[in-house]
Amino acid sequence: MITLNHYLVLSGLLFSIGLVGVIKRKNLLMLFFATEIMLNAVNVGFAAISNHYGDLSGQMFAFFIIAIAASEVAVGLGLLILMYKRKSSVDLDTLTTMKG
Amino acid sequence: MENYLYIALFAPLLGSLTAALFGARPKTLFTGLWTSGLLAVSWISSILLFLHVYADPSTNVVHVKMMDWISAGNLSIPFGFVVDQVSATMMIVVTTVSTMVHVYAIGYMSHDKGFNRFFSWLSAFVFSMMILVMSDNFAGLFIGWEGVGLCSWGLIGFWYHKQSATWAANEAFIMNRIADLGMLIGIFLIYWNTGTLQYDEAFAAMPNLEHTLLITIGAFLFVGAMGKSAQFPLHTWLADAMEGPTPVSALIHAATMVTAGVYLVIRANPLYDLIPEVGYVIASLGAFVAMFAATMALVNRDIKRIIAYSTLSQLGYMFVAAGLGAYWVALFHLMTHAFFKALLFLGAGNVMHAMDDELDPFKMGGLYKVMKPTAILMILASVALAGIYPFAGFFSKDKILEVAFSGDHYILWGVLWVTAGLTAFYSFRLIMLTFFGDERYKKLGFHPHEAYPYMLWAMAPLAVLAAIAGFFEHAFVDFVTTLLPSYEFHTHHVEMILIAVTSTIAILGIATAVIIYKNGMLHPKWMERPCYKLFTNQYYIPQFYDAVFSKPYKELSIIFWKQIDMKIVDATVDLIANTFFNIGENTRGVQSGNLSIMLRWMALGVTMLLTFGLIFVAAATLLG
Repeated sequence: MITLNHYLVLSGLLFSIGLVGVIKRKNLLMLFFATEIMLNAVNVGFAAISNHYGDLSGQMFAFFIIAIAASEVAVGLGLLILMYKRKSSVDLDTLTTMKG
Repeated sequence: MENYLYIALFAPLLGSLTAALFGARPKTLFTGLWTSGLLAVSWISSILLFLHVYADPSTNVVHVKMMDWISAGNLSIPFGFVVDQVSATMMIVVTTVSTMVHVYAIGYMSHDKGFNRFFSWLSAFVFSMMILVMSDNFAGLFIGWEGVGLCSWGLIGFWYHKQSATWAANEAFIMNRIADLGMLIGIFLIYWNTGTLQYDEAFAAMPNLEHTLLITIGAFLFVGAMGKSAQFPLHTWLADAMEGPTPVSALIHAATMVTAGVYLVIRANPLYDLIPEVGYVIASLGAFVAMFAATMALVNRDIKRIIAYSTLSQLGYMFVAAGLGAYWVALFHLMTHAFFKALLFLGAGNVMHAMDDELDPFKMGGLYKVMKPTAILMILASVALAGIYPFAGFFSKDKILEVAFSGDHYILWGVLWVTAGLTAFYSFRLIMLTFFGDERYKKLGFHPHEAYPYMLWAMAPLAVLAAIAGFFEHAFVDFVTTLLPSYEFHTHHVEMILIAVTSTIAILGIATAVIIYKNGMLHPKWMERPCYKLFTNQYYIPQFYDAVFSKPYKELSIIFWKQIDMKIVDATVDLIANTFFNIGENTRGVQSGNLSIMLRWMALGVTMLLTFGLIFVAAATLLG
């Protein structure tokens, strides 16, 4: 039997994987993947809890997040491509123009 | 009449502000003419007001309330002005002398870079002085009092590029602040005990107060008067104030501002009538200063300082009269003194101009041949100062001696009598050294010349007044004693003898000076004598003040600066600033611009916040 806890553990694991990716990865594209994983981990959590309480607002939130993630990726990838054209690299260590 | 009052008061202010607009510009003759013109307007208004009050002193006193100034709780201080017998007289004196000095200064300052600035200050001074004499309450008097102090500071230090001038200006200002503290305490005491600062109400309430309290009030007010009128021990600033331009010395440090202290005592006559013992102290101090200053004038080698000491001495005379209750006599001497002393100073200004700002009369001599009009005017002023009939000084000074005699204060009378001789001597020593004898200036390469004719014409009215003012004595007495208490003389039987005795010593003084300095100077061996040295060094009082007050104060200031200010105050402020600076400097590495590193910081931050949140919630749950 799969209970709420299973879902939440999955969500937590996914979030941690995403967080580790955000922290460790130097490739901007991979960073995007990692953020997507984190967002979807949250989505899993939302959907599971929503189902558990029988309240649809959680699932509505999940949909919103999917929509926003899609638009974010669209804009982000566009910028990423532009950056690659300029610098021929998407490595974060080469992008330190804001060094104070 | 109200409008004349406002015109008389505000015309000098208008002139001052206009001149101030051009203050930083090079000389424009316009400012001189404009301020002098407005002063003349003020003078005419003052005369009209005087005639109005004179016509019927009992009903025609002009008393206006311009507006409320401070109104808080029970305290209500209006901007109120009164033109009564005393202030009308003072207004005439102030505006007459200042108008003449303004006109004179157009010539005297004609080559000065600060021409416009000078007239701005000078007119501002007249405005302050008018407030001082016209105010109907102590607060307004104090504003004028401080205003004249400020203008005096600005004018003594007018040539601010000279170290000595700025020093003298600061000395005058600081000495006056010391005295003003006393005056402020006096004013506070009046307010606390009578609940008002209006002259008429405060004086009306005074007879009901305790005697010791009245003595305290009178003493503190007199401390203020001592500062402004340069009485011992606050007298040193007046001689040093001669660093200012000569018209300033004539107007401020002889004729008007320094008499403010005498004016205060005259104005507060209902108070001082209640406390004759304080009055006696004032009179004794006055007599002491009269002689003390005269001895310093005997030997000084600076024509302006000689006249400054003479001013001190004459202020001493005025305080004797005021202290002994003969207020009208003090006011009368104040008036005649203003005329002849301003004249004397302006004459000294002409001599300075002729001698390229040389002040030492030992380097002059024989100037009569080249500067006849100035010499005649100065001789006239000196004769008036010495108190020879029929000049103005004779009438007023003689009355003061009579007052001292009449009150059975024979010691005071004796001191003043000797001083009268000294006065005559030093006045004519100055005249003889400057205008007669050998032409010592020729060897030193001076080419003296007479001043512009209009400067001499500006002196002429003062000369006329110095000559004839004494004849108005009876009209003056009848006029001012409608406000001031009249003084009962008990000397009718010896009046003529007193006059003869006083005139004799004055003439003797003149004769001695003429004989000694006829052919040159005093024998040098005189200058070796101890008392001569004592006098030339001003009784070593400046040195004493320097050693006892200035030097320890400086040492103390250095200790406070080095130990307290730098080690505690500055260190605290620096510590705070340095802490923040170091935190910033050390954490600057965070701003590497590397997104990856920033994300790690963010993750760390979120984790920490979550941890704190969890701990808080857990703690809240556990502790209930």
